[in-house]
Amino acid sequence: MNPLSIPQRLAKNRFVLDDQSHIEVNQQVVKATGCGKTIVDCCPAHVYTQEPDGTLLVEYAACLECGTCLAVAAPGALKWHYPRGGFGIQYREG
Amino acid sequence: MTVPEGSIEADLDFDVIVVGAGIAGAVTAYQLARQGRSVVLIERGEAPGSKNLSGGVLYCRGMQEVFPDFLQEAPVERLITRNHVNFLNVQSSIGIDYQDTRLADPVNAVTVLRAKLDPWLAEKCEEAGVFIMAGVRVDCVLTQDGPTGRRVVGVRAGDDELHAHVVVAADGVNSFIAQEVGLRTKPPLNHLATGVKCVVTMPRESIEARFNLTGDQGAAFAVVGDCTQGVGGGGFLYTNTDSISVGVVLRLDDLVAKKKAATDVFDHFLAHPLIAPYLQGGEVVEYGCHLVAEGGLDMIGQIAMDGLVVVGDAAGLTLNTGLTVRGMDLAVASGVAAAAGIGSALDRKDPSMLGLAGYRRALFASSAGKDMGTYAKAPSFLQVERMYQDYGELLGNVLYGVFNLNNLPREHLVKVAFKALKKSPVKIRHLISDGIAGVRAL
Repeated sequence: MNPLSIPQRLAKNRFVLDDQSHIEVNQQVVKATGCGKTIVDCCPAHVYTQEPDGTLLVEYAACLECGTCLAVAAPGALKWHYPRGGFGIQYREG
Repeated sequence: MTVPEGSIEADLDFDVIVVGAGIAGAVTAYQLARQGRSVVLIERGEAPGSKNLSGGVLYCRGMQEVFPDFLQEAPVERLITRNHVNFLNVQSSIGIDYQDTRLADPVNAVTVLRAKLDPWLAEKCEEAGVFIMAGVRVDCVLTQDGPTGRRVVGVRAGDDELHAHVVVAADGVNSFIAQEVGLRTKPPLNHLATGVKCVVTMPRESIEARFNLTGDQGAAFAVVGDCTQGVGGGGFLYTNTDSISVGVVLRLDDLVAKKKAATDVFDHFLAHPLIAPYLQGGEVVEYGCHLVAEGGLDMIGQIAMDGLVVVGDAAGLTLNTGLTVRGMDLAVASGVAAAAGIGSALDRKDPSMLGLAGYRRALFASSAGKDMGTYAKAPSFLQVERMYQDYGELLGNVLYGVFNLNNLPREHLVKVAFKALKKSPVKIRHLISDGIAGVRAL
């Protein structure tokens, strides 16, 4: 079986893309607490990437809405809620 | 407690608002509609099931009590007759393989794909009279200061407000509602795990040949050890009709402590030389993940307050006993218990926390609720580090000593085992203490 890369796997999924992000990063908290790497590592969808200066970038459209990032982030580092109704991941298998 | 006049308003939109069309929400809504209550089931996905994901094994007896024709009508995948528990090492794998045709008659467990199962549940709800509102995200609950403190009276979704006697938070493991009203705080990381999963399609004949299955029968493989590169948790392979659900579940405290990337661990599992052959020739058709609450009984706090109850994952109802991992059957049990508790609260016109107390009583009187108590010590036992690496390697080395006839004179099994133990970080006192703890916890 070809295990595919993460972007290739995500491309198999059905997403309804919202034009507004449901994730907000407080860069100051991320940098002060150093939790950026943990967030990057724990997200199964590779939503997050970190710049050399520690800034956390977000590709919200890839989000599978599991909530792992929020669980491992330092308090206040992320504002994360579900996308608006009808948007985001729409599983066909589940 | 006396309930003041006028605590139940006549001009409400519904008797009950259920937030979240997963198993817990759908079963609660269905049972309430069958009691003749007016119920709305609100789902943020564009259709019920579209946000929902599970590993895939549903212990289905409870569901059959709610829907007697569940197995004939519902879109279930395979009937589990083979349970394989596997210690996976880098070079070896040791399995306990339990296959039993009795598990098919009566059926005990089935594999499901939630984007297929949950629409069926919603359809059943609709037939019973539930009003389904899909594609709507509930933003917050509406509260009022009541005679006994803060009381939930409805929900807000965008500009719309809906009012009901009781709101049911069935909004999943991240339950923003339960957090908002203060019923749940953020769980500690050692009580949370992230599940990462692919659905891999292949012809059903290949699945049946590979997993030694006949007809609709199915297999559930639970794997510990190198599948998670030593991170607390495990891997799984579940057979569907013409696909395999394959994934890992990683305890977040340990994943963070070991500084591993979740996707690296999953890729390692998929590529493992003793796992990859099961998936050979398959095609990945979906990739998903889901947070799992593994705290067991510890994680269930208050499940009701004035005007609100919490069910399913939102209430922390997950049970990992080491051999069986359960969530969906507990969701069913909590839905049944919640509907009973809400029903009697509505009959007595008292949707206060006290009036809703029948929910908790019914839940812990059910077999699923009792199991939460029985396995209360399982989560801490399953945090024993040795489970995820050392024991599997020790077992593998003992068996290698037995089966590897290398032209050296044989030694008795006890001696082989003792030598392997000496090389292992596992000490005899660990075997004894973990053995006793295991017997008590599981």
